[in-house]
Parts: sequence; C-alpha cells; structure tokens
Amino acid sequence: MSEHGTLLEVQDLKQYFDINMGFFRSRPLKAVDGVSFSIRKGETLGLVGESGCGKTTVGRSILHLYQPTGGKVIYDGKEIGDRASLKEFRKKATMVFQDPYSSLNPRMTVSDIVAEPLDVHGLCKNKAERNDRVLELLGYVGLNSEHASRYAHEFSGGQRQRIGIARALAVNPEFIVCDEPVSALDVSIQAQVINMFDELQEQLGLTYLFIAHDLLVVRHISDRIAVMYLGKMVELADAEEIYRRPLHPYSRSLLSAVPLPDPKKARANKRIMLSGDIPSPLNAPSGCPFRTRCPHASDVCAGSMPEFKEVETGHFVACHRLAEIG
Amino acid sequence: MLNANKPFSLHLDPKLFEPATEEEKAYISRMRPSSTFFRDGCKRLLKNKVATVSMILILLITLAVIILPMVWPYSYESMLGVRPGKPVDSSYNNLAPFTWGKTELKRMEEGEKLFPHIFGTDGHGRDYFIRVVYGARISLAVGFFASIIVLLIGMVIGSVAGYCGGKVDIIIMRIVDIIYSLPDMLVIILLAVVLGKTLNVEGTILEKIGSNVISMFIVFGLLYWVSMARLIRGQILSLREQEYVLSSQATGAKGGWIIRKHLLPNCISVIIISTALQIPNAIFTESFLSFMGLGVNAPMPSLGSLASEALNGITSYTYRLVIPAVVICLIVLSLNLFGDGLRDAFDPKLNA
Repeated sequence: MSEHGTLLEVQDLKQYFDINMGFFRSRPLKAVDGVSFSIRKGETLGLVGESGCGKTTVGRSILHLYQPTGGKVIYDGKEIGDRASLKEFRKKATMVFQDPYSSLNPRMTVSDIVAEPLDVHGLCKNKAERNDRVLELLGYVGLNSEHASRYAHEFSGGQRQRIGIARALAVNPEFIVCDEPVSALDVSIQAQVINMFDELQEQLGLTYLFIAHDLLVVRHISDRIAVMYLGKMVELADAEEIYRRPLHPYSRSLLSAVPLPDPKKARANKRIMLSGDIPSPLNAPSGCPFRTRCPHASDVCAGSMPEFKEVETGHFVACHRLAEIG
Repeated sequence: MLNANKPFSLHLDPKLFEPATEEEKAYISRMRPSSTFFRDGCKRLLKNKVATVSMILILLITLAVIILPMVWPYSYESMLGVRPGKPVDSSYNNLAPFTWGKTELKRMEEGEKLFPHIFGTDGHGRDYFIRVVYGARISLAVGFFASIIVLLIGMVIGSVAGYCGGKVDIIIMRIVDIIYSLPDMLVIILLAVVLGKTLNVEGTILEKIGSNVISMFIVFGLLYWVSMARLIRGQILSLREQEYVLSSQATGAKGGWIIRKHLLPNCISVIIISTALQIPNAIFTESFLSFMGLGVNAPMPSLGSLASEALNGITSYTYRLVIPAVVICLIVLSLNLFGDGLRDAFDPKLNA
C-alpha cells in the first residue's frame, strides 16, 4: 500500500439509539446519520464539532463498540462486520479514551492494564515475554519499570493518559481512535501528550482519528479536519485550507470562535455569533440540520438535505447555498 | 538567604545551582510502597475495636468447635449411664454442673482423675458441654455453607443479569421478583417434609446431619440468592458504564472476561460485606427450624434443638436453655458487628 493509500473508509455510517418514551414506545435518536469519509495511511484526521454532535459516537461505531445501524466500515480493503473480520480488526485498531480517571480499572496494576489486550488476544507466550512487552510499551510513553506494579490512582492525569496510550499501543496497532484524549488534562500536560502522539506517529507509523473540540489542538496535530454538526458531516478539508477558507457557515462560525494569541488580530477578528441552541437530535430539523441557526438559510434548506460533495480538490462541503454565500 | 557565607550579599551562591548527584536524585524520587485497596481496608478494619474484638471472638469460637470435639473425653451421643450388659444407671441423668455419676465417683475414690462435666449432663446422661460445642459447630457450618451457596448463585446470576442487560435482565429480574414473594419459612418446612421422605441419605456422610439440614441448604440455594443477585446486579449496572469496560470491549474481550477481570473485582467489597451479614441470617434460620423440630436429626445436636429440649425442664434446669441461647447470641452478634465493621472499612462510599 502506498503512502497515500486509503487505510480506513467509512461509507454512510448510521448509528441510531432507541430512546424509551414510556411503555413499548421508542424513538430512534439519530446520533450519527449518514457520515462518509476516508482516512489515508499515516495521516491524522481531526474530527471537531460541539458537544453532542456525534463525534464520539462516530469513533465508537467505527470500532464497532456499538453495532452500527447502517453503513459500511472498510479497513484495508476489507469490510468489517462478521466475527472473524472484527477479531482481526481489533488487533489493528484501538482507542484512547477521554477520561483518564474512569478509563483505567482502579483494581488493576499498571502492568495488568497495559497487558490486557495482550492477554485477551493471547499474544504473549509466557510471563517474561509479557513483562518485557509491558516495559517496552511503558518506555514508549515515558514511564518506567517502577510504575508497572502500581495502581492507577497513584498517578496524575497526564501519567494516567500515558498509561491509556500504552494500552492502546499494546497490540501493535496501525490505527488509533483518539477520543478527546487531552480535553481532561491541563494545558501544559496537553502539550506533552500531543507531542507524544506526534512522536509515536513518526516512530510507529500510526494513523489517527483525532476527536476533539479544542480547535487549536486539532489544527496542530491534524493533516485534515472534518467538521460535524448534529450527526452529519458538514465540511472536510486539509487542515490549513479549512482554517484559511472555511466554506460552510457552521465551520466559519466555529473557527471565528477560536481565540487568537495576538490581541491586535483578535480585535480585528469578527465573531460570527449563532442564534439559538443546537436542536435535540431526537427531533432534528428537516432538510439541512443547520438551517435553524444558519444566517443564510432559505426555503431550499428546509426541503432536502444538502449533498456532501467535493467543491474543490479535497474540500468537501454540504451546503445548498454555497454559491450564494461565497 | 541567598549566600550562606556572606549574609548581606545579594550575589547568589553558585553552589546552590550544582546539578544533583545520583544519590540525591534517588533520594528525592524514592516512592512510598504501593498500597492496595485491600490493605487500606484491613488497616481501617483493625482500627475499629468492636469489629476487631468480634473477629477475634468468631475465630476463637470457630477454633473451639473444630478442636474441642477432638480432645474432649466425652462424646456428644454416648449416654454415660448406659453400659452393655448392665442396667441403666440413672444417676447420670440430669447431672448438675461439676458433679459426677455413681460409677465415676467410685472410680475417683480409687484415685483416678476424671474430667468434670462442666455444664452437667442432659436428661439422657450425655455431657452437655460437648453437645453445646457440637451445636455451635452445626450452626456455624450451616451459616458458612449456606452463605457460600447464596454467594455463588447470586454472584453468577446477578452479574450475568447486570452485564447482559436488556431482555436477559428483565427475565431474570422478574424471576427474582417471583421468588421474593414466596414465604420462605413455608417453603423450608414443606421441602423438609418432602425431602425427608424422598432424599435417601442413609449410609452416606450426609446421614449424620440429616435430610432437614440438606433441605435447608437447598432452600437457601433456591430462595436466598435473590437479594444477593439484586445487589450485585445493581453494582454491575453502574460499573459497566465505566470507560475501562468500554476499553476492554474495544480490545475484543468477551463478557466472561470483563465480568471476571473488571466488574466483580470492583464490587468485591459489597460482596464480602453482604456475605458476612448473610451468615448470622442463616444461623438464625437454622436455630429457628431446629427449635421447631425441623433441623438436624437426633442425636446430632444443634443450638436450636438444645434450646427446644431444654424447654421441658425449664424450671429445674434453666441453665440448659440459657447456655445455647447465649452461644447463639454471641455468634450472631459478633458476626453482625464484624459485618458492620467490614462495611465501614471497605465501602468506599461511606468513608469518602
């Protein structure tokens, strides 16, 4: 496979959850509704959007932690679905979780936590091999052998997140879903962990799906960025491109909210304020999901869902009124 | 002070900026020994005086009921007045504490040393002390084994219901609700009657304890697991939403692995505590049933049947009722207090 070959392809992924509305009545909550994208080998795709827009669900559905309601996940040319393919897939795709406090079992030592994927897949023949592998993994994330026999509560947030990363690396994966891995850490530790992600990518040739809501962090680490709104993808482009020239009105508003370090520029920067709140995904608006808050919305938007199409090379947008708003 | 040698100088002492030697580094980065949840809990338990005393008492009683029957010169079933080929010597019946029967007195006059009947003898001339010890042995054994049966069944069913959720959970919990609504005493009495006839325990080890006790175990297995199952299901329902469970699922771990490695270790404190509190419950049930005449088979004593027999001579031999009652109280009270101490020491929500 070439350097820019596609590693993971997601086609029209749908994830609905049934919400009980009393006796024998349930309604689907469309957490993710028809999302398509692909990730190239060795790149980092940043996934941004506000809380509750389905970013985390996309990550979890790709790994089949929830059985997707519809759509396909194609990894390395093979569709993931049946047991055998899923078993192989689990050795190649892992996940780093958001909350370093709840993602480590408080009753297990660090070495047991890190070695769990090895034990589950039966990758180590004996104790010595397992031990060596654990120390190697801890070495990758800047921890040492002294830490291996300790319990998770004895570590700081940043160290715990490193343990979580070491666990994700245990099976020698190619692809890691990073579900807001730094949002629970304070800023100086965020930088350390982000840089570690970068270094590990270089060393081990990893591919990331990096879910976050901190736009500056995403810009730093991502090659391409996807923007989600209410379970749908509204824009996908190269990281620099999307920061320079966001096309979708939602992306524009989102990016205008990024704080700028230069006060002069910050004063010149016009924030595009959105009116209203994000609608509940239980009763999403018809047509374009963003139309209730979009300053450019018109009758077309209420009629049908805009197609997610490539307007320039590598720049995908879903908006009816792209031509008018320029 | 910036410079130790020149107190009024503002120049910094360059010595303060020398890099630390390896020894100094090792001194600073030395870590305290890792303390586990279990060790912390034990420490807290030992600080609780009531619980510690109860624990020691339980251990002493347990040791006593194991060791004493081995070394005691009298047996719980031999009637001292009955000798083969001789008429029954009724002087052995209803002996007061620290007195002896006729033949024993004769032997002592000849210079033999005999062990005293500390609590006297019962109406059939059997040493009462060893009968109380045996009764306590039966009670404790019933308590421990019944709790273990309850623990095993409740743990398996509760964790499956909690982890699987959905339809499995609904079905299991409805069964639990049905069992909850059955009157347990009635079921025990009915089963004891039926099993006594159908269960053929003659000639096996089980014969000694009798079909009544076996039916009691069966009833415990059938009925009493429900509260344990509910408790564990509730714990697991809240634990399975934790991200470490999700992480384990993401590595491809199966349900059994997740329950064993992640869920049960995290509710072990609740399990220990409710098991400890289940034991006195079982002992009470056993005593009650034996008192009603549905417990162990004669001549095997149990604390309840001893108390029941003592009722006949309550005016003349009051101590025979008091002794087993006090022993039951001691066992149940100390187990309850120990269970409370365990809960205080191990329940993270209480000492937050």
